[in-house]
Amino acid sequence: MLRLRTQLQRGLMPVGLGLVAVLLHLLIRSLGKEFYLTQLTMAVYYAIVVMGLSLVMGYAGQVSLGQGAFFAMGGYTAAILTTHDFSAYQTAAWMETLKGMHIFVSRPGLYGGEVTAMTPWASFFVAMMLTAGMAFVIGYPSLRLKGHYLAMATLGFGLIIHKIVVGSSLAGAADGINGVPEWNLGGALTISGKTPLRVTNYYVACGLAVVVLIFLRNLIRSRVGRALQAIHDRELAANAMGIPTAAYKLKVFVLSALLAAVAGVFFTHYTGGIGPSEAGALKSVRYVALCAAGGMANLWGVTILSVLVNFMSLRGWFGSYDHAVFGLLLIAMITWCPQGPLKPVGRWIRRWSSRRAGGEELGR
Amino acid sequence: MNLLEVKGVRRSFGGLVAVDQVSFEVSAGQIKAIIGPNGAGKTTLFNVISGVLKPDAGEIRFKGRPIHGLRPYRIARSGVSRTFQNPSLFLQMSVLENVMVGRHRLSRYEFGGCGLRWPGQAREERAIEEAARGQLERVGLADCAMRSAGSLAFGQRRMVELARALATEPELLLLDEPASGLNTREKDDLGDLMLRIRGDGITLLLVEHDMSLVMSLADEVLVLHNGMPIASGTPAEVQNDPKVISIYLGGEFQHVAAGQES
Repeated sequence: MLRLRTQLQRGLMPVGLGLVAVLLHLLIRSLGKEFYLTQLTMAVYYAIVVMGLSLVMGYAGQVSLGQGAFFAMGGYTAAILTTHDFSAYQTAAWMETLKGMHIFVSRPGLYGGEVTAMTPWASFFVAMMLTAGMAFVIGYPSLRLKGHYLAMATLGFGLIIHKIVVGSSLAGAADGINGVPEWNLGGALTISGKTPLRVTNYYVACGLAVVVLIFLRNLIRSRVGRALQAIHDRELAANAMGIPTAAYKLKVFVLSALLAAVAGVFFTHYTGGIGPSEAGALKSVRYVALCAAGGMANLWGVTILSVLVNFMSLRGWFGSYDHAVFGLLLIAMITWCPQGPLKPVGRWIRRWSSRRAGGEELGR
Repeated sequence: MNLLEVKGVRRSFGGLVAVDQVSFEVSAGQIKAIIGPNGAGKTTLFNVISGVLKPDAGEIRFKGRPIHGLRPYRIARSGVSRTFQNPSLFLQMSVLENVMVGRHRLSRYEFGGCGLRWPGQAREERAIEEAARGQLERVGLADCAMRSAGSLAFGQRRMVELARALATEPELLLLDEPASGLNTREKDDLGDLMLRIRGDGITLLLVEHDMSLVMSLADEVLVLHNGMPIASGTPAEVQNDPKVISIYLGGEFQHVAAGQES
């Protein structure tokens, strides 16, 4: 009976989340501001980065200042591979094979002529592999040590990626890359910034976010989640209980980097391009700030807060005080509700319902 | 065969030699106690055996296989579990979850399997929970399962830590001062529990200050002083050893030791 109930609840969560997405869509439509969906979609992609960070910070107790760089790594890899013209190898035998495997494709170029570039799916997988490899290389040495070595290593990594992106013509230097083709995920689902596809893309982003949320929630409520929480609480005791702490921290870090890169790839295909600001150190600090303000070990709080704040920021509501608002927000949240924005609301509801229940009992 | 063999173990911190030339064996099914005054190196020795510290010299074998220098989780996986001098529970978790962590080495679903709720993963989770509840019952805390670990009294924390260590299904259990901070009744319960644990086939090695507990429970006692073993044997033998008497009652040890050497 209890099991049936928990299984029902488990099944209800995606439905509930889907409902929230639909309601939000309807609200925006009733306001007649459908163009809001564009920024909302982008904000949802940013939120996926913060979800992964929540696992690293809230559950494994590590700070990563490289999430922006991983986001950019995903985005730039996809952007470069799908826009760079490989026509020079047109005649090579291996190019024929790769075209046959749908890894490369020839399509009309932006400025006429024909361009041979990688397909979005193939570049997505390349981006994933590159990111995982890079996260492993950074995480392996820094997570064997106790202390905040990961924060330092990722900060350095972020700065390096930013410099590379700004300095290389392959990545479009300060202009970034434009003209990234749309990505057909299959069927009617195409990631593209075209106006008729705005609603589709909003739901694709929400769908991806829901999938990630469910995956992470399942993970947290399992032996792996308990192990991570144990590492956060008392690393030594966790290790003595048979948990390979270094390996677990590394896996969580790689997972978070992959989530950032996934968001980066989707984001890049959605907006049709990516610029060096995505790789900036301040971007990474913002992800950390959002994660901290959302309560860290609180997936819901982190998600809601980052969608909301990123949406407002992307709409330009904070004007030129954008970064200052992030700082203020962080200070305010940590002062008043360090466990995330939802905890006080939850407490309030509980107090209210228990007062009601208490009143009824007295009445009887 | 000896379950645990410690041979010539030495560990120093900077210039301070905490443990030196320590050798002893623990045979399967025994309750062995390590005693000694404060600063004798008992906890250091425990940390070396459980892998928290690496020995500078010497070797440690568990079931004939060398375990010195391995990381703690590897040693735990080989069947050695421990408790800490200051109960180190995971305070953000419930009592039940704390004990469930102990099942880690006996369960197998990893990141992918857990995140995707792979078939069989839910069953494994239920098995983990069931086993953990069983261990809580064993230490008499079944009704505290859902309480937060941080809300427990000190004596209860010790018991939860013991349940967590038992949940790993160890062959050798290291208990670092299990009776410290317990009241008389809790100490009696602990003594009974340790005998029951031994009865279930788990070998116990403990560091303890409470002499009456040690003398009534232990099959063998090893006495450490200034990081070196000075006596070992049955509780009765150790109790009557003049060197042991002198270090516990103060005074003539240097003299006695010198007298013996000459």
